[in-house]
Amino acid sequence: MKRKGMIAFLTGVASVVSSTAVFSTVALGQDTIKVGILHSLSGTMAISETTLKDTILMMIDAQNKKGGLLGKRLEPVVVDPASNWPLFAEKAAQLLEKDKVAVVFGCWTSVSRKSVLPVFEKDNGLLFYPVQYEGEESSKNVIYTGAAPNQQAIPAVDYLMKEVGVKRWVLEGTDYVYPRTTNKILEAYLRSKDVKPEDISINYTPFGYSDWQTRVAAIRKFGTAGKKTAVVSTINGDANVPFYKELGNQKISAEQIPVVAFSVGEEELSGVDTKPLVGHLAAWNYFESVNTPVNKAFIQQWHTFIKNPKRTTNDPMEAHYIGFNLWVKAVEKAKTTDVNKVIAALPGLETPNLTGGTAKVLPNHHITKPVLIGEVKADGQFNVVWKSSGLVPGDAWSDYLPGSKDIEADWVSLNCGNYNKVTKKCSGQNYK
Amino acid sequence: MGRQWLVLFAVALLAVGSAHGQKLDDAGFLAAIGELREATYSDKASISQRLIQSGHPRVHDVLTALLEDRFAFRNDDNRVFILKSADGDPVVLIDPLSLKESGSAAADNVSKVGTNNTLRRTLRTELARFSLASPDAATRLQAVREISQSLDENTLALLRDRSAVEVDAAVRKEIATGLALGALDGGDTASRLRAVEVLKGSLSQDVRNRLARVIEEDQDPKLKAAAKAATASIDRWRILYSAIETLFFGLSLGSVLVLIAIGLAITFGVVGVINMAHGELMMIGAYTTYVVQTAMPNHIGISIVVAIPAAFVVSGLIGVLMERCIVRFLYGRPLETLLATFGVSLILQQAVRSIFSALNRSVVTPEWLSGSLRINDALAITNNRLYIVLFTLMVFFLVVLALKRTRIGLNIRAVSQNRAMAKAMGIRTEWVDAVTFGLGSGIAGVAGVALSQLTNVGPNLGQSYIIDSFVVVVFGGVGNLWGSLIGGLSMGIANKLLEPYVGAVLSKILLLVALIFFIQARPRGLFPQTGRAAEDK
Repeated sequence: MKRKGMIAFLTGVASVVSSTAVFSTVALGQDTIKVGILHSLSGTMAISETTLKDTILMMIDAQNKKGGLLGKRLEPVVVDPASNWPLFAEKAAQLLEKDKVAVVFGCWTSVSRKSVLPVFEKDNGLLFYPVQYEGEESSKNVIYTGAAPNQQAIPAVDYLMKEVGVKRWVLEGTDYVYPRTTNKILEAYLRSKDVKPEDISINYTPFGYSDWQTRVAAIRKFGTAGKKTAVVSTINGDANVPFYKELGNQKISAEQIPVVAFSVGEEELSGVDTKPLVGHLAAWNYFESVNTPVNKAFIQQWHTFIKNPKRTTNDPMEAHYIGFNLWVKAVEKAKTTDVNKVIAALPGLETPNLTGGTAKVLPNHHITKPVLIGEVKADGQFNVVWKSSGLVPGDAWSDYLPGSKDIEADWVSLNCGNYNKVTKKCSGQNYK
Repeated sequence: MGRQWLVLFAVALLAVGSAHGQKLDDAGFLAAIGELREATYSDKASISQRLIQSGHPRVHDVLTALLEDRFAFRNDDNRVFILKSADGDPVVLIDPLSLKESGSAAADNVSKVGTNNTLRRTLRTELARFSLASPDAATRLQAVREISQSLDENTLALLRDRSAVEVDAAVRKEIATGLALGALDGGDTASRLRAVEVLKGSLSQDVRNRLARVIEEDQDPKLKAAAKAATASIDRWRILYSAIETLFFGLSLGSVLVLIAIGLAITFGVVGVINMAHGELMMIGAYTTYVVQTAMPNHIGISIVVAIPAAFVVSGLIGVLMERCIVRFLYGRPLETLLATFGVSLILQQAVRSIFSALNRSVVTPEWLSGSLRINDALAITNNRLYIVLFTLMVFFLVVLALKRTRIGLNIRAVSQNRAMAKAMGIRTEWVDAVTFGLGSGIAGVAGVALSQLTNVGPNLGQSYIIDSFVVVVFGGVGNLWGSLIGGLSMGIANKLLEPYVGAVLSKILLLVALIFFIQARPRGLFPQTGRAAEDK
């Protein structure tokens, strides 16, 4: 404990003194395959991303115990981009150019992904990105194992509209790219379902916002106009706790105005007094409470690896589980770790997910996922109240935005990430 | 005793009200609640409705248990039980028919019947009928409110019966509103006009919505005019109360700003040190609250009160230590103190990360601090904010009192006005400096206790407030406590007045821009120090 504390302390000091602090494992033997892990281990995102680093370490450990891959040991190369977006690009370049890793598992925020994207495309690397995101992107060098908007946001809104009878919508988000793009898609979707503009209220607050009084009072006012109202929350991280607390204090219960969140999972709830949250909703593709043998085994494996039976599992962890298994299968199929051959082998590959279904890599580099909607329980776990009838294929380019309706991503037949079906042109990998 | 009476009442009630309901014997009842296990959520709702109509004496207990997540099956034999409490392991089982305890089971061995929001809402409304006869007036009031949400002939009859025997004035008023809402749905014009007249006195948004519907849909011009007048009157009052609400929001934001700025105003004003670690001292205070709560998990209610002096002492000691070990060597060198205290702030942050991990800690809000004080249908004031406003005023006046009325306060004021002269008079200025620094830091710790109730307790807590506290001190006038009070409160109110129109992001930007102009015009803030002391600084 003391030693660990000291190391953490030194790491912190080092990352403050020079933000290029790295600790990478020294090469162990000759015959190894290097696996890059690009997750923030310090700074604001460390809370979420450290868990993902540990997940990949656990998967590598398990694979090595099974005899490695292609007869070689897997060797993790861990770097710390310190929640610093430009540093993500620097670290990615280091992984690809200096360490020559075969694959990288990493990134959380969209802005960090956007930052490393040019590096991966220039150096022809392979990135598995495990977090739900706003879509509107498909790169040859990235496999998106998290949910696209049609695998999370749209089904959640559908659920509220059809099952709960919601007629009035508050889209509440943190002021950055993911909420803004998601809300744009949702607004277009709601308008296409004949929701009037006066029944949609969109608002943004800064990162880490804590004085929610005025916003919650406004939501209460908006929600008591006689029509069933719900809040679709893309509020990020920390700001959620005071938000739900204020809802509770102003006596707005989930039964009156439910809040469905896209970034609140088991990990986020573990450090929180969950009383005011009970009954509010979250949409994900995985919940720890899903009762399948494979999930139980995964949780068991995680608790043994992390040596703490209280640690939770969450959706991005499942995405990494799927991503890692897909990569292993692709390498076995291609019989090499060569990036071009692995990328060619990936589309069409299938691997079981943790909720009893199958994740299949699609030509657009997204995967199929079930959609689950859960209500928060008092113990910080989720009670699944709705499940999509089948697996939903991830759609890179939203069908509800005017700019991206006609765009298609297909790396198998078209070899293009943004092919315009109307002009019949591939505009290359410069997305804007 | 009360429950038995309640059950009897419920049975009598349901026997009357369930002409179309099917009566169930014990076996039928068990079979019906047995269906809950596999049913979908909407089926569960219809099963509950069927149960209510069956009039079985245990319906109330079973449905209450279902609502409270205490209704479960034993996995071994599929028998249904009510659980004594929703959590715990093993759980105590209660037989749903006899209501007697019948052993216990491991938590793994029972599967609870889940509910969702819609089902819970239905259950709450259904169960409200049972609570109408509760001896507790608050419960009855809540029950009437629930029932008024879904009015039909049965529920109206219930309300009418209750109004005949109800003694509590508030409940009577709520019942009258409910009955008037029901009367709007049908009947002759005269009775509907009377209903509008009753509703005119209400402030509830639901009533207003209902009247708006009358204006939109009704044909009778007389009724329309009456409804229009009633909504206009309701709107007038609601606008007034919403203005009061905004004012309170501003006051509460302002009082947080004042609370975090008081400590800084003292150190800045007397010792002349810009303490960049001020935010981290608040963070230490918040973590102290967490530690105190962990130490007394069974007394969350008073843990906050205990945490206040504890945080004062912990942060104050760290402050004194800082002053003695670092700051005192750097007096008169503002740039170096700035850097040194910034360094201390980073050390404190990392220390907290190493001890408590980088994850936020969960500080529980005690019962008496959560919820809100309901003044009327249009205005409710949240308890945590109310207490923080009061707490800030208390801390402020205690500090003012300490500075004006105590020996130490006299010394502090003397040193801040003229250090050389104070020294010549025999005051140990070094000692005063240390005490002042400790006092300022201690108050930062106390502010941390308050913040732990409003925001996340994590290593970055201090950083997000340090800028605000500097702004308040500069705006109010360096070293002037009253300046900090007026400055903080007016900034809070201005922020909240702007926020509904321009949003949270822009309102803060506008405020900072306004502040830049203000400082241009009055570089020494609202209440500048005057006299010779001001010249030296």
